[in-house]
Amino acid sequence: MIKKQYSLTVCQGTGCISGGAEDIFSSLEDEIDRLNLGEGIRIKRTGCHGFCQRGPLVVVDPETSSGLFYSKVAPGDVSDIIQSFLPGGKPVERLFYRDPASSKPIPNYHDIPFYRKQERIVLRNCGHIDPEDIDDYLATGGYQALRKALFEMTPEQIIAEVKQSGLRGLGGAGFPAGRKWEATFRAGGNEKYVICNADEGDPGAFQDRSVLEADPHSVLEGMVIAGYAVGARRGFIYVRAEYPLAVKRLRIAITQARDKGFLGRDILGSGFGFDIEIFRGAGAFVCGESTALVLSIEGKRGMPKPLPRPRTAEVGLWGKPTLLNNVKTFANIPLIIVRGSEWFASRGTETSKGTAIFSLTGKVANCGLIEVPMGTRLREIIFDIGGGVPGGKAFKAVQTGGPSGGCIPASLLDMPVDFDSLTAAGSMMGSGGMVVMDEDTCMVDVARYFLDFTQRESCGQCIPCRVGTKQMFSVLDDITTGQGRPEDIDLLLELGESVAGTSLCALGQTAPNPVLTTIRYFRDEYEAHIHEKRCPAGVCQALVSKTPSLSKREGEGDK
Amino acid sequence: MEELEEQLLREVLSFYRGKKNELIPILLEVQGNFSYLPEDAIQLIASFLNIAEGEIYSVASFYAQFRLLPLGRQCVTVCRGTACHIRGSHQILQEIEKAVGVKEGETSSDMEYTLETVACIGCCALAPCLRINNNVHGEMTLEKVRGLFNPESSSGLSLDGRG
Ligand SMILES: Cc1cc2nc3c(=O)[nH]c(=O)nc-3n(C[C@H](O)[C@H](O)[C@H](O)COP(=O)(O)O)c2cc1C
Repeated sequence: MIKKQYSLTVCQGTGCISGGAEDIFSSLEDEIDRLNLGEGIRIKRTGCHGFCQRGPLVVVDPETSSGLFYSKVAPGDVSDIIQSFLPGGKPVERLFYRDPASSKPIPNYHDIPFYRKQERIVLRNCGHIDPEDIDDYLATGGYQALRKALFEMTPEQIIAEVKQSGLRGLGGAGFPAGRKWEATFRAGGNEKYVICNADEGDPGAFQDRSVLEADPHSVLEGMVIAGYAVGARRGFIYVRAEYPLAVKRLRIAITQARDKGFLGRDILGSGFGFDIEIFRGAGAFVCGESTALVLSIEGKRGMPKPLPRPRTAEVGLWGKPTLLNNVKTFANIPLIIVRGSEWFASRGTETSKGTAIFSLTGKVANCGLIEVPMGTRLREIIFDIGGGVPGGKAFKAVQTGGPSGGCIPASLLDMPVDFDSLTAAGSMMGSGGMVVMDEDTCMVDVARYFLDFTQRESCGQCIPCRVGTKQMFSVLDDITTGQGRPEDIDLLLELGESVAGTSLCALGQTAPNPVLTTIRYFRDEYEAHIHEKRCPAGVCQALVSKTPSLSKREGEGDK
Repeated sequence: MEELEEQLLREVLSFYRGKKNELIPILLEVQGNFSYLPEDAIQLIASFLNIAEGEIYSVASFYAQFRLLPLGRQCVTVCRGTACHIRGSHQILQEIEKAVGVKEGETSSDMEYTLETVACIGCCALAPCLRINNNVHGEMTLEKVRGLFNPESSSGLSLDGRG
């Protein structure tokens, strides 16, 4: 019999599920039952570990036992995994993660470079707790922040703590959270709302989805504390339509939180009442913008309000003061309340405190969700954590901030990453997408890709955005199909400046960024397309006779 | 509208209070049941919420989620997120168009396939990816596409999408 108590976690994030993780979970369960090992081995479902690319993942809990990390697990591996716990059993070496460069196996979770260099604050529970079991969240100290806030702090003290922490909104713009809370607190009236922005519209970003799927209670707890601080009694979570699993887990979490008295008319007997509803979005990028989001909840087309636009903190949902923050902003709150603003502010840079979360993807060996202190250098993120570009290819650029952001070249790899440095480089933090591009990526094609996105997603209300993005797209389309004209670069710059300067909302104001940064850093590629009718990366089909074959990826060594 | 369908619709509506702000949740739920928004359903919803049908069309056409035509039995949604794009999702889409014989946005005449694209599924670490009904398939290659859509020519591909 097994003497030691083992805890086995099986990732059930969207990524691992797509690889068959649900079957693996039930086979492991069956095998444990069959061998009557339930006493010795505890098995639980967790949310995303972040390392989706290596999924399905089975991890022997690093906190309580060996920390063995099994990747790319298939149903056929289940019996060997269970056998390994029996006397004389050996770890299943073939499932170890292998260093992409040296192929050396790295058995332990904590030794894998992808995890070793991270500092997981917002993602603290992701991959460790069962998101569908509130007791698991409680066991990690969950809802203690809420108790502290309700019974030991006044709303003013909470707002002061959030202000002192230096926390900036993680939905993109980086607006100081405490100031927004204060503005909502000061706004008159006794009907107010708290909204969590989980629209995550940027293509190439999935951190909000992962947090909601893996640790929904931390977001709920942050929202209740916010409600208490600003004087709201109702909260909404606006969730992107494409995230059915996140919605399912949120529903479970809300029900469990109500049952335990963390949501409802009289929370924990404090006399304070607050409840949360889920609102599913219906697939419109512009609805991430605060005034559009509010209109969408009201049942209308989500078009940003015209200028002068009232501040949502003062005139928001149904005309009432409304606090809108991102998923990760709320997920930070419980820790700031429990551990204090000083603890929080000890990480990060002068102007950006705490951590940044990125969806590291594209042409990088280790794809996944990562969290690092603000100010970490791009090079460390892409090469130390991400393992660099696979297949011996050369790094070309990294795209941050999605359609509002830009492409940052190799010359800026030593830049510390925070809100302000990214803006200075012409890009943005955005929702935290970080897409690595290599020598086989065409930067003009990337610019075309983003403008194709923004011109589709433009709500059409203001002319600079509706017509301007479309014009920019068609110029880019011409360039990538061999019809570029010498004056096109100047035309793009001019169009970009006017779209950025005159659009009604940030969608249009930031839409030119992907074009402006690629012209700024990769002008030679535009020139090759225009003057030589050549696509240096070999991507633009009209300009190359032979397109690199996708099937080659298998052999690139990134598996 | 068939009697059964109308019954289902009325049952869905019975959970709502008839307030205007319930429009989007109602449309999502109705579509969840019917796979699209049938004309008759829109009429009924309009009278339930006491708004003009035109207002419903205005909202339904604004949001990418809503469909005014029925779906095929297999709805294939190709992700065109950024990570998928630079890992060749365009070629994946072309290959699927070839394999199933419909273009993006179309449904095959036998109602077997609908082919759509989506801004991002959020499985960027498994790019390029796609979804068939509710199942995500990651790390797609042209070979995997051929295997998924012509099972006879499949070379040992497992349908769980990992190949
Ligand atoms: C076009 C557009 C799309 C946006 N999409 C999102 C989004 O998906 N998620 C998000 O949190 N914020 C998004 N934002 C930013 C929000 O308007 C808002 O600033 C943010 O939710 C506030 O939360 P924070 O202060 O915690 O960052 C978007 C803004 C614009 C203009």
